[in-house]
Amino acid sequence: MGGFQFFLEVLIGGLLSGVMYSLVALGFVLIYKASGVFNFAQGAMVFFAAVTFVGIMELGLPFWAALLVTIGVMVLLGMATERFVLRPLVNQHEITLLMATIGLTFVIEGVAQLVWGVGVRRLDLGIKDVPLPWLADNTGIFISQLDIFAAAVAGFLVATLALLFAKTDTGRALRAVADDHAAALSIGIPLKRIWALVWAIAGIVALVAGMLWGARSGVQFALVFVALKALPVLIIGGFTSVPGVIVAGLIVGASEKLAEVYIGPSVGGGIESWFPYVLAILFLLIRPEGLFGEKIIRRV
Amino acid sequence: MFYREAGQFRTSYAQDSQIFPLRQDRLAMIALLAVAFLLIPAVASDYWLRALLIPWLIFSLVAMGQNILTGYAGQLSLGSAGFMAVGAFACYNLMLRVDGMPFLVALVLSGLCAAAVGVAFGLPSLRIRGLYLAVATLAAQFFIVWALDKFGWFKNYDPSGVITAQPMEILGYEFASPQAKYLLVLAIVAGLALLAKNMARGATGRAWMAVRDMDVAAEVMGLPLMRTKLQAFAISSFYCGVGGALFAFAYLGTVEPSAFTIDLSFRILFMIIIGGVGTILGSFLGAGFILLLPILLSVVFHAVVGQAVDASVVSAVELIVFGSLIIIFLIVEPHGLARLWQVTKERLRLWPFPH
Amino acid sequence: MFEVRISRALRTLLAIGTVAAVAAVPSLAQAQAKEQYFGIPSYRVGPFAAGGTGFFGGIIDYLQYVNMKEGGVNGVQMVWAECETEYNAARGVECYQRLLTRGDQRMHIFEPLATPIAYGVLNRVDDDKVVLTQYGYGRSDAADGRVFPWVFSTMTSYWSQASAIMNWISTKEGGVANLKGKKVAHLHLDSAFGREPLPVLNRLAKDWGFELVSIPVASPGIEQSAQWLRIRQERPDWVISWGFGAGMNSTSITSAARINFPREKMVGVWWAGSEEDVMPAGDAAKGYFAAANVPNGKQFPLVQDIEKVVYGGGKGNLSDPKRIGTIYWNRGVTAGIFWVEAVRNGQRIANKRGQTLNGDEMRAGFEALNLTPARLKELGIEGMLPSFKLSCSDHEGAGVIKMIQWDGAKWVSVTPDWVSSDRKMIREMVEESAAKYAVEQKITPKKC
Repeated sequence: MGGFQFFLEVLIGGLLSGVMYSLVALGFVLIYKASGVFNFAQGAMVFFAAVTFVGIMELGLPFWAALLVTIGVMVLLGMATERFVLRPLVNQHEITLLMATIGLTFVIEGVAQLVWGVGVRRLDLGIKDVPLPWLADNTGIFISQLDIFAAAVAGFLVATLALLFAKTDTGRALRAVADDHAAALSIGIPLKRIWALVWAIAGIVALVAGMLWGARSGVQFALVFVALKALPVLIIGGFTSVPGVIVAGLIVGASEKLAEVYIGPSVGGGIESWFPYVLAILFLLIRPEGLFGEKIIRRV
Repeated sequence: MFYREAGQFRTSYAQDSQIFPLRQDRLAMIALLAVAFLLIPAVASDYWLRALLIPWLIFSLVAMGQNILTGYAGQLSLGSAGFMAVGAFACYNLMLRVDGMPFLVALVLSGLCAAAVGVAFGLPSLRIRGLYLAVATLAAQFFIVWALDKFGWFKNYDPSGVITAQPMEILGYEFASPQAKYLLVLAIVAGLALLAKNMARGATGRAWMAVRDMDVAAEVMGLPLMRTKLQAFAISSFYCGVGGALFAFAYLGTVEPSAFTIDLSFRILFMIIIGGVGTILGSFLGAGFILLLPILLSVVFHAVVGQAVDASVVSAVELIVFGSLIIIFLIVEPHGLARLWQVTKERLRLWPFPH
Repeated sequence: MFEVRISRALRTLLAIGTVAAVAAVPSLAQAQAKEQYFGIPSYRVGPFAAGGTGFFGGIIDYLQYVNMKEGGVNGVQMVWAECETEYNAARGVECYQRLLTRGDQRMHIFEPLATPIAYGVLNRVDDDKVVLTQYGYGRSDAADGRVFPWVFSTMTSYWSQASAIMNWISTKEGGVANLKGKKVAHLHLDSAFGREPLPVLNRLAKDWGFELVSIPVASPGIEQSAQWLRIRQERPDWVISWGFGAGMNSTSITSAARINFPREKMVGVWWAGSEEDVMPAGDAAKGYFAAANVPNGKQFPLVQDIEKVVYGGGKGNLSDPKRIGTIYWNRGVTAGIFWVEAVRNGQRIANKRGQTLNGDEMRAGFEALNLTPARLKELGIEGMLPSFKLSCSDHEGAGVIKMIQWDGAKWVSVTPDWVSSDRKMIREMVEESAAKYAVEQKITPKKC
């Protein structure tokens, strides 16, 4: 096939991969934006949400009922996290909170494997992971239907959440809490409820990410590693920007794939493991807080 | 009652600037060293030496390196496993390609190699900070492991892609038995810990802490920011490199590059956070917590439950308990185990009185 | 308040510590002269637990079977202890040390089913007198028993697998001559494991005249669009899938579907050929081939008997009995068979029928493994294992595989007989590599 056609395919494939990364990164951004915590447990939450969903379906519930129940479980998880992990550690140093989320990771992984076992499960979303027929026939470019669906879902989520943060009262409260816990408390913002809400939303985002990734790679423990893919996206986009997550995801996805296909073979391949991070460093050298991150103002 | 400093006068500057100003502390340290050097090799079983103490010491050393960078200098880094890998492979290649290379020299040189690599990957810290720097150092981690894996020269073109460490020999004596390995590792770690403690107490440490707390103010005061930061990266990577070499030579014996995973880097960071950021004692305590506690839990569960419960259930419960313990410890003492120890000592000074 | 928290915490810690210290002292089991103790370094949590629970479950089920059906080996009961390694080198080494002794019983066979752990203990097994088995993984050159007297890569190493897979591909193409000018892509995990078969594949590419394209996948491999786009560009005739973990393997298959690459032209290594690896890919996996060391299925008399005796007696190790007869479980059962045969042989050779064996005797017993067709029939595993025997210099044995294909619901054997590797070529390469290792490590090879 033609050189340009192939390039287009790699590019589009990369962009769509990037959207999948953004979906995972979104959970991190939400929690960081609203509680200033880097949630190490996000990968574990993706796995837990996906495996709970599939497990409940296996128990007999139909798709939509299982979805609702799983959303309920993730909301409960968010509330439990707020009550038992965040509340006792309010106002502690961010590195302590990071470590607490690490403890949370172990707990979530352990609970997931205890309750649902360690087997591998199939997740069928009803959308086949095969090339769009009319596109393939007319242009010879293969784009997977599942990828398009995932991109649409991700776009919808990002738009909704961006609106939530920017336009609603709750969104304003969330931003206030992220800025300064104590100040937010002092003006009457219900900290506990806000945190529980944010973690619940992040849990639902994790569920969506888990379902889409699980449909592609199967629902099993390796899903916790999708979080690693989200890290370069976070750096480039900034930890605090919801629209930035999508833009950064597109950049990371496209550049990673193009590099692997065009540069990879001459150095032995496998450069996908470090290329996005090196790219991120280059971006950071120009904008140390990421493309869209809030500029940190330091007073001396 | 016992931990009083009444009657202990320091009459010279040397006395005043000791690491352990209280006589009780000094005696306790001497006792600890005596136990470590004399008692343990004599009574500890092979299992304790090989599976518990040697890895604990090695990881304490690497955690110290991480603590220097993240705890004292405030540069959040996630590349420690990568620097360990550099140290391990450098030591292997030096011993392989240079005839008659003494082990200790190779160890120091491999630390210096790791330091050089550390400085190279530390350059972004001059512009990037905080969580962003952490993720940027992941680039170091992934790139180093990829490079070591990809270019067969590092592994002497071994078809299986692993390196088998040469025996450690100093002045003709081969450190082969578990006791010998333990003593060698203990001596190296103790020496480097002393060095780290003194660096942290001195001008170097103060410079690092100034950079950590408020680097703009430090620069305004005249502190050479670039030099201080890169120095922190260099020394930290030196420690990680030596730790990595010992990891390959004194502990596992055979390593491949992908043994130095991102998971290992994260664990080392966890060690210093739970142990106490910015303390030397914290490195030891944290390494013990992250490394030995899961084993402890496993032993306890197996002893208590035996084969009555499905092994998969036991393994999952071990994970849950470990995670919960981390959270509980942090709630009790958010600044880590070293601070917990410090608070205990404070109370001991007043004991048996409440205040 | 704060002080109360601290003292409470400290007291709890002290309590836990005491319990642990007491428990850590190896429990003094009664000295049973009629027990053979095995240490099982299993992984039941983590990314590879799906396979681990199957494999180690199979071993335990077989040991249980021998105890229940025959009262042990000549009256000697098989006993075991497990230790969780989480597929992690440090945990694996600690498990090795912990499992080594139980009271005054000693472990003499160690099978971690994990390359990093196998490497971590490689240097100690000689001194500790432990047989290290690498069942179809690990160092391929450990097949040379003269350099690795205590390491056994029974029964088909990576090199043999690669050679056997290529042999099968050549038959599908109608002969070695037809491979000339064709293209084979080696899609692999970018690690030592993934690169292990390259020496064999490169040599065959040179000898047979086909082009080998090496396509590495960065760990964890749950995202392979770049690699498969390269495959789309290269248009290979065959893709050898050398992946590890259900995430990577099922992604390989779904990625192939996304570019309409025929699954019938994909052949997976045994780590990419279990039910757990293909099931998540759903319909996309239909037609996918894999090389199996041990085929699946419940048609073997032994498997049926284990189900009847062990699971019927409520002592089955698998939490889901539907996994009886799956790839990993069957494989575990055969591993258990090797162990028990080793005990049997060892007792016979050392003239210690009905007694516990020590390390050297166990090693001699393992080395004397001789599965004749008659013995296979006796054990009820005809077709499940090939007929092979080990010797002092050959620690691999068979070097054969069975080719299986996924039909959408289960694996089906497509080769009635075993597909062999090029034994002569592989042995040559093994001896060369082992000799180089011996020189580097200053080992004097044993005389056989």
